[in-house]
Amino acid sequence: MSAEAISENRAKSDFWQGVRLSMPVVVAAAPFGLLFGALAVDNGFSVLEAVLMSAMVYGGASQMVGIELFGQHVAPWLIVLSIFAVNFRHVLYSATIGRRLAHWPLVQQAVGYFILTDPQFAVAERKAEAGETVGFAWYMGLGLPVYVFWVTESALGAVFGKLIPDTHALGIDFLLPIYFLGLVMSFRKRPLWLPVVVASAAASIIAYKTVGSPWHVSIGAVAGVLLAVILPPHHSGVEARP
Amino acid sequence: MSTTLWIIVAGAIATYLTRIGGHLVISRFENIHPRVEAGLNAVPAAVLTTLVAPAALSAGPAEWAALIVAGLVSLRGGLMAMFLAGAAVLILARQFVG
Repeated sequence: MSAEAISENRAKSDFWQGVRLSMPVVVAAAPFGLLFGALAVDNGFSVLEAVLMSAMVYGGASQMVGIELFGQHVAPWLIVLSIFAVNFRHVLYSATIGRRLAHWPLVQQAVGYFILTDPQFAVAERKAEAGETVGFAWYMGLGLPVYVFWVTESALGAVFGKLIPDTHALGIDFLLPIYFLGLVMSFRKRPLWLPVVVASAAASIIAYKTVGSPWHVSIGAVAGVLLAVILPPHHSGVEARP
Repeated sequence: MSTTLWIIVAGAIATYLTRIGGHLVISRFENIHPRVEAGLNAVPAAVLTTLVAPAALSAGPAEWAALIVAGLVSLRGGLMAMFLAGAAVLILARQFVG
């Protein structure tokens, strides 16, 4: 077998390994894709516009906030600002994951950052933590199914929105917090994990009660990150370099 | 271009800026200070926690039971096992405590 064929097979198996890891994300996000489509049409979007928003913005929480404000006839610039505010946490993701994607060609990096969602970031960062290289094929295997399902579900929700059954009894409104808890837990071997979790939880809850959503996410995140910055380096496991 | 389309395009650009912005800023520095590195290492736990904590606080017994079971399972099992266990407990508990 030629070296080229071997590396092609390698990329294929990496891709499918990523696809396997994407499955819980696809399941957890599915109800929200359908719900977004239904709500979007409810708030005055056309089916095409709902699909377009999912395909272009590709950020569930920010899309929900966007259509909610749109339905309340809030000024367009304020809607865009709110979408930006909800998505602001990605700045931290991008600064962190950049170290793992830097060896990709620029075009692949540009695509990679476009699909940088919460689970995409967390699962990729976990792989890097295990000492493995985050390759483009694996990364796309993880991200593409989530993207394709998300856009498809938005379309289905927009067309068939009225048919959605009792979502509360099925528990679908709380699936994402469960999934996110699992992601938090998967980083528990990191230095400072517990102090950071406690600081972020406390700050986000206080901010949620005082400043309000969506700022509690950025405020809580900054509190945890600042704690790790402030504590002496020997706590954080990062050696001071001369 | 309609207002809706304008909102979608501007929202998409704003979102992409957040997804690439952190990397563009950080990559300008040749050496990353150990404290910055420590901060970056804290990002996953810090951000993901904020997506759970307020939701958990404003939830009820059914949701708490689901989170506790999911948290326990995650100590031993993988992400998928944790997720399915949490979802199962949630659906079951909601049949009894709304």
